Amino acid sequence: MSFNIVVLAKQVPDTRNVGKDAMKADGTVNRGALPAIYNPEDLNALEQALRIKDKFPGTKVQVLTMGPARAAEIIRESLYRGADGGFLLSGREFAGSDTLATSYALACAIRKMGKIDMIICGRQAIDGDTAQVGPQVAEKLGLPQVTYAEEILKIEDGKITVKRRLERGVETVRCPFPMLLTVNASAANCRPRNAKLTLKYKRANTATERNSLEEDCGDFYKTHPHLNITEWGTADIDHEPEWLGLSGSPTKVKSIQNVVFTAKESKTLDASDNTIEELMKELIANHTIG
Amino acid sequence: MNNIFVYLEIEDGIVSDVSLELLTKGRSLANELNCKLEALAAGYGLDQVGQQVFPYGVDVLHLADDKRLEPYTSLPHTSLLVKLFQEEKPQIAFMGATTIGRDLGPRVSSALFSGLTADCTSLEIGGYEDRKAGKTYENLLFQIRPAFGGNIVATIVNPDCRPQMATVREGVMKKEIVDPAYKGETRKLKVSDYVSDADFVVEVIERHIEKSKLNIKSAPIIVAGGYGVGSVENFKLLHELAAVLGGEVGASRAAVDAGLAEHERQIGQTGVTVRPKLYIACGISGQIQHIAGMQESAMVISINNDPRAPINAIADYNIIGNIEEVIPKMIKYYKKNSK
Repeated sequence: MSFNIVVLAKQVPDTRNVGKDAMKADGTVNRGALPAIYNPEDLNALEQALRIKDKFPGTKVQVLTMGPARAAEIIRESLYRGADGGFLLSGREFAGSDTLATSYALACAIRKMGKIDMIICGRQAIDGDTAQVGPQVAEKLGLPQVTYAEEILKIEDGKITVKRRLERGVETVRCPFPMLLTVNASAANCRPRNAKLTLKYKRANTATERNSLEEDCGDFYKTHPHLNITEWGTADIDHEPEWLGLSGSPTKVKSIQNVVFTAKESKTLDASDNTIEELMKELIANHTIG
Repeated sequence: MNNIFVYLEIEDGIVSDVSLELLTKGRSLANELNCKLEALAAGYGLDQVGQQVFPYGVDVLHLADDKRLEPYTSLPHTSLLVKLFQEEKPQIAFMGATTIGRDLGPRVSSALFSGLTADCTSLEIGGYEDRKAGKTYENLLFQIRPAFGGNIVATIVNPDCRPQMATVREGVMKKEIVDPAYKGETRKLKVSDYVSDADFVVEVIERHIEKSKLNIKSAPIIVAGGYGVGSVENFKLLHELAAVLGGEVGASRAAVDAGLAEHERQIGQTGVTVRPKLYIACGISGQIQHIAGMQESAMVISINNDPRAPINAIADYNIIGNIEEVIPKMIKYYKKNSK
């Protein structure tokens, strides 16, 4: 038994570590200061795919990402960890996509990839936190979904048994293939880069990346096809143009405001016994506590 | 037609708080738009749902009562909503930003090609001008939500697609009965007209859902810990302080992600919103997404060994020191002086 798996992954700005450098003096976000990273829960998703590959030899794990040229980094990072190949869906027609237009584009690309048994993605991306793209892709492809997956318990008889982590508990469900799985941060962490694979795929890149190189690659990528990261544009997928990008996005951003909190007049206290005792007395006296 | 719909989440026959909060919001928006408020309950044994939701101003309650709809699975509930929305053409639809609402909402929006905004923190009605298309719109739903890790707040509109869909987290909206004697109509749906056998391919084998033991939302005192607390051991100090003061323990997202506290305790835009009279922030640096969930606290004390922690700007008192040192002293001097 082996499976064809597509992992959906996204390159995101690292919004978790918006430190002091990442905020400008006027309180706005300095996007340039935020590193672009592999969306954390998509790494959890990749690990689940790689575990299936470990268990069922012959399984093929391909990574699909949509984004600008530099998002090829996501594919390379996946190859270093054990993925078999990857696709970058890129083009200005995709710009301005909300979750629905994104899921439409991804669904079109997945159809193009042939027979797929399983689509695995992170529960949500940290730049939007919407958790919508997974289920929206499943709906577009008419597949059942299992969201919030924490652990794959069993794969047998054409069905997958999954433990889901819910707000106040756990649930075990069984779902037939083909299906879509979204994976939680509470699932196993992704394995680190494999040294051999990192060496092997160091020069993996897209045609766009090669064109921007100084050196002439000659026939290198023709003789080393596994180092070619496939780049797809709108011409490569069957689609309705009006369902992509801005026109395919029912939601519009009306306005954006920076979040600025009004500072209070705060008292700074030391941690001495005397100070803490005075503070506790004051809180008791004004009925904040007690 | 053109009404506001709320999808009700029901566990053991009890309508969840988040659904009642959405009904409260839906009622006030329905008044503003001069339309009706409708609700959908899908599950099994729903006899008691009507009496729970009508006081919140529900005009029409759609009941889909079928053994196969309980417990929740994605496909049949999606089919129900999609078909019902195609018939009823609501202008607005709400669901909780819960594991169920976030599983269901995107599928429904994908099927109907309607916009969905996740985790709204505010919902308003207003006008919108699309300058490029030269069109103006009246009475759109403004879906206001944090984005970019909480560093910005975006107002989203769905000008052309219906329903305008939004999810909201529990505790963000207030829950309020409009009239205990409010009269609404109940419509029983013939479930087999809405779902097909193929919708039941996913089986729930086992399910352990605990009743929420915590009530962080209504705790008067919250002792919250961040990544800076450092260890599960140190988090026990927070529990001790909370127990002594009669409060609850909360946590920042960083602390939850690091496994220092349960997800249920998470405060902030991706957790619970709280408004206690005292908020003690321990080792919390104060990312915007956290502050947004606790800024309405009456008093804030920050304990942090970094005097420049952003949270200090919105705190009333900043104690510069280590958790291990400060919290035992707070416990000691509270006990000494509270008699």
